[in-house]
Order: sequence, then structure tokens, then C-alpha cells
Amino acid sequence: MMDGSKGFSDTLTGEQRIRNFNINFGPQHPAAHGVLRMVLELDGEIIERADPHIGLLHRGTEKLMESRTYLQCLPYFDRLDYVGTMNQEHVWCLAIERLTGTEVPRRASLIRVLYLEMGRILNHVLNVTTQALDVGALTPVSWGFEQREQLVGFYERASGARLHAAYFRPGGVHQDLPDDLIDDIEAWCEEFPAFMDDLDGLLTENRIFKQRNVDIGIVTEQDILDWGFSGVMARGSGLAWDLRRAQPYELYDEFEFQIPVGKNGDCYDRYLLRMAEMLESMKIMQQAIQKLRAPEGQGDVLARGKLTPPKRGDMKTSMESLIHHFKLYSEGFHVPEGEVYAAVEAPKGEFGVYLVSDGSNKPYRAKIRAPGYLHLQAIDHIATGHQLADVAAIIGSLDVVFGEIDR
Amino acid sequence: MSADEYTELEELAELIATKRPDCVASAEVVRGELTLVCPPACLVTLIEFLKIDRNCQFSTLVDITAVDYPSREKRFDVVYHLLSMYQNHRIRIKTALREDEPMASITSVHPSAGWFEREIFDMFGIIFTGHADLRRLLTDYGFRGHPLRKDFPTTGYTELRFDEAEKRVVYEPVNLTQDYRQFDFLSPWEGAEYVLPGDEKNGGAEG
Repeated sequence: MMDGSKGFSDTLTGEQRIRNFNINFGPQHPAAHGVLRMVLELDGEIIERADPHIGLLHRGTEKLMESRTYLQCLPYFDRLDYVGTMNQEHVWCLAIERLTGTEVPRRASLIRVLYLEMGRILNHVLNVTTQALDVGALTPVSWGFEQREQLVGFYERASGARLHAAYFRPGGVHQDLPDDLIDDIEAWCEEFPAFMDDLDGLLTENRIFKQRNVDIGIVTEQDILDWGFSGVMARGSGLAWDLRRAQPYELYDEFEFQIPVGKNGDCYDRYLLRMAEMLESMKIMQQAIQKLRAPEGQGDVLARGKLTPPKRGDMKTSMESLIHHFKLYSEGFHVPEGEVYAAVEAPKGEFGVYLVSDGSNKPYRAKIRAPGYLHLQAIDHIATGHQLADVAAIIGSLDVVFGEIDR
Repeated sequence: MSADEYTELEELAELIATKRPDCVASAEVVRGELTLVCPPACLVTLIEFLKIDRNCQFSTLVDITAVDYPSREKRFDVVYHLLSMYQNHRIRIKTALREDEPMASITSVHPSAGWFEREIFDMFGIIFTGHADLRRLLTDYGFRGHPLRKDFPTTGYTELRFDEAEKRVVYEPVNLTQDYRQFDFLSPWEGAEYVLPGDEKNGGAEG
């Protein structure tokens, strides 16, 4: 009834009671980049408090790993950050290799670098384009996925799987790359800058894109330390911290690449940074291809020993090899007692695993340290004081993927 | 890891042990990683010292986690990983805790500890005193138990399904159509501590 019989409460001024408004952002919101439920307390359109509820994709990876052999645990890492999957497998392999003291052959290490950088491009293409989608640009996604499609094709040709590759193994990589695959990757590298130009033309100077991103979600150096940021989140504010440089692993100290840094630490700088990193990754891939073709780059791709299966041909002729193969895939290998923390510069930041081994064939405890977990944790700090619409831009720029956050 | 970095870490360990002798129970460098063992009571002061001291500058908290050893009297190990982006080194701090013992929160030193401590509370049931918002983090609303304890079954205790009749999600005790497959691949010749199938008549005495 609008006849005024209930009083005109909405025209009261002076003593009107104003109450903050709570809304649920997600878990089905497309800009939540997965299953994020965020309870937002709003004062008008300004965020007063953001409380992320995570765990909707919690699969208990760490618990499951405790009852599986080291090799069976490896595919779980693909399912953490399912955007650039091999970067996760790599950490697990590194942790096992450190504990067992295994040296990876040069060719395997080069293949790893090639595919790690491919994973970085896969991740950044997805992130840049979907973040543009969140702030209203529809075209970049379809262009970007064309590139991603080719890259997952290379994943498939190396491992047989487009996404969940399980290609890196403790002691090397599962199979050698055929020559024509390396040629095709090189051909792709030559065409990639043209795509980057297109993307750059679509977004970088786009008025709407800049209005939505410049000066949004500013991160200072103190924030980086307080909230444990890493990767692009740290570099966007001018802190040139990259584990590939600071604590080199694989053969990264042999490669020449720049570490781009931002200046303002806002969403726009992080976008520019990701664009620059993709081109650097492409250059690393080209160097890796050159090194793979060089005579030093030939050879086996697995450190033959207890961790890795024997050659197929050996199994046909040698009893010991056959037994080794059977025991490796049933019992699995044993890892010496001890603990290790291995970390790499994954596309999203420092991805690490803390592995405690009791000397058996199963990890006693494995803790996965995901970069997105810390970045999302700080959203209350970053988003408070912003408008509701900026939350989408900030979440996109934090680069969260719930596979790794919820584990 | 070169020999230089190795001695560097050992020097760092000595330095910390001299400046904070009450905090460091033991220190060792294994595989190029420095591990300090610290009694729970002085953990917060140690972390704060490591953050402020000019030689340490461990200003980034990388990770906090716990490890469950049910057979030990001090059941849990709480493990902290810290990183210094300025000095480019890492440190691990371990502290042993009884099951009923609370742990002091380090959120006042590192705000990023908030979710890590919530997760440990969720997964292991360790209480962090001084934490402003110690709710469960990863498990379901209203979840019972602490999944990462070793005595918690991997299958859990409850399962949920959508009930057509009631038109809502219902929780039920776990009912497995097939036993949870827990294979034992350990070699019977190397340290399997049970009677082999077929050897029961021997009483396992001679193995």
C-alpha cells in the first residue's frame, strides 16, 4: 500500500537510521574467477569490509597425498593451479630431487624451462584477457584463447594431455620432445609478438580499460611485506623480486631475460607487467629451443636410477629392469628421511611445497604454499575504500585461481 | 648451494643464537636450509627479532604449517618459513606443541599469518591465542573434526547428497560401497612389521 498509511519513513532526514548493506559476491559470480564467496559490507557503494569465504573447492589434496606414493601425488599438482599446470608439478619434482639428491640431465632441464615459460604465457594470457572481460572488454578473451589453444596443443603433443599434463617427473621429464614439435613451438614464438601487438592495441591505451584499472588496488612496499606478496603483485610496486633470478633453479642462470617492474603498484601496472613478462617468457622459450638443438642439449631426459623407470628396450632384455619397473609403479620409490622446502617462481608468485619425509614411499606431510592464498587474504586490506565495481578489477588483477587457494 | 652460502647460513644461525640465546634450542643447516628449533613460549619475540634485526630482515612470512606426530608426547610441530627479500635468504622455525597447548598468534608481527593460523586451527585443532578471527577456513560450515590429524580417516565421517524428497542437501554418515583402497606396497623383506599372509601358523616368530 503506497497511500501513506504506513507513514513516510523514507522521507525522514535528520534522525534517519543508516545501516551498512551486506551482499554476497559469489560463489557463482563470473568475476569471482572460480568459487569465491565474498561477504561485502557496503556503505552506499563503498566497500567497508570484505570477508572472503574460501574452501568451496577444497578437495583435501594434502590429506590425500599422505596415503599415496610420491609418483601418484604428482598429478594432484596439476589440479592446483589448473591454468599453468606444469609449473606446479615442477615444485614437487624439485622437492623430491632435493631430498634424494638427484641431478636432472641437461636436456630435461631445458625442456622444463621451455614448458615452464609456456605455462607462464598460458597463465598471463588467461589472466590479462579475463581481467579485461571483468571490466567490460569482450574481444581479448576470444583472441587470447586462440593463443592458449595452440599452447595447450603443445602440451598435448608433449604429454598427451591438454591441461593436466603430469609430464615433469622426479629426475627429468616423461618423454623426449620430437623435433617437429620443437620446430612448431619456434614458429609459434615468431608469430606471438603480432598477437601481443593486437592485444596491446586493444587494451593498453583503451580509455575504459584505463579508467577501470589505473589507481585501483594500489599496493605499497609495506603491503608486500605485511601480506607476503610475491610474483607480479610484488614486482608491480617496483620490488624486483623474482626467484628465477634471486634463487635460481634449473638452468635459469644461463638464460638472458629482463625482470620488468612496475611503478605505481596499481591494477594497470600489474597488467602492463604481465604483458611485458609474456614477451620475456617468449624470449626464454626461443633461447631454450636454441639450447635444445645444440649438441650439449642432446641426451637422455631422465636421470636413470631408482626414481625413474628403465628404458623400454632394457625391460625386454633385462630381468632387473623388469623388476625395477614393476616395483617403481607399485611400491614406488623411497625418499630419505628429512624435510625440504622447495619454491619456484610460478606465474602467480612464489609457489612452494614443504615436504616432510619419513623415509617411506609416501610423503609424511606435504604442505602446499600457494601464492594466490596470500594475495586473496589481503583483499580486505586492498579493496576497503574502493567502489563495489572495483572489486571485480582487483580480483582479476590479484590473479586468483581457486584450485590452488582451496587445495 | 655453494660453500659460501652454506657458511653464510651457519654464521647467521650463530648470530641469532648469540643475540637471542633463550629462543634458540638448536640450529642446523641441512641441504642448504637453516632450521631453528624454538620453544613455543618465545616464538613471537623470536619472529619479531628476525623481522627487525638488520642482519636478518626476515620481513616476509612465507608459510606456517603444522605436522602431526601422534606417537610423540608433544604431538604437533608448528613450522614457520620466513624469507628476506633484501638479504635473499630463508629460514625455517620449528616449535613442538602438546595437543592441549595453545600457541601464540603472530598476526601482530605479520598480518599475513591470519589465514595460515586459521587453516592450522581448522586442520589440526591448534588454538592460536591473540588471533582476532579464529574461524574455520577451508572446511564446510559446521564441520566437525580436524582433517589433517593422522587419526582422522581420509574418507571423513559424513557425506552429503541432495535429497529429492526434502529438496535440500542432507548430511549422512559415510557409507562406502567398497572398502577404501589402502594398498600396502612395502616390501615384506624390508621392514614390514606384520605377519605375512600364509605365515600365520608360524606365529610370525621366525618371520
